[in-house]
Amino acid sequence: MPESIDHDEVLRLISEENAQLVEVLPAKEFGEEDVTGAINIPLKELDERAPRELERERPVIVYCNDYQ
Amino acid sequence: MGFPKVYDYVAGKKAWGSYGLPREGTNVPARTAADVTHRDVPTCDLDDRLADVRERVRAAGWDTCIVVNEQRVVLGRLGRKAIVSDSQSSVEEAMTPGPGTVRPSIGADALLERIRTRNLTGFLVTTPDGRLVGLTLRSDLE
Repeated sequence: MPESIDHDEVLRLISEENAQLVEVLPAKEFGEEDVTGAINIPLKELDERAPRELERERPVIVYCNDYQ
Repeated sequence: MGFPKVYDYVAGKKAWGSYGLPREGTNVPARTAADVTHRDVPTCDLDDRLADVRERVRAAGWDTCIVVNEQRVVLGRLGRKAIVSDSQSSVEEAMTPGPGTVRPSIGADALLERIRTRNLTGFLVTTPDGRLVGLTLRSDLE
């Protein structure tokens, strides 16, 4: 299970460890609103696309709408 | 995923916006409360002397002061009446406790509508945990 973090830790991971932000909602919802700087990989495609589109040595932060 | 460092921002993008952090997309208002909030609104502690607060607030050209605790959580608001009067009451006695607040992510149009409906001159903007962001004035939205 990924470790749960709050927004302060998100900001720290981005600024200090060059973390990658990934929204796992469908593309339509990503287009309506996303965290600036995030990329979109819907949850169903994550396992397939992550090795191609994300850098393994950098932290990865996933998020969706809210507590789910 | 098989990656060594994976984290879950469980609060999600709705909470992200409510902390005034940057978002983009077709549903994100072009202008939000965060864009027009006066972050320099004067603040004071419950324990401050009201006479000192008045002097400081007037000198800064304001007619209101937000009462906050050490974490900048909003406790109340000293309105114009409290600032211009010569009352010797304490900050706690003079303030209006628990003023209404909005989050920084609210659209400017929606906020103006809320202000007009309640016939207010402005609205306090706070994070979801009640920390002061600033004061948005009706005059900045109209």
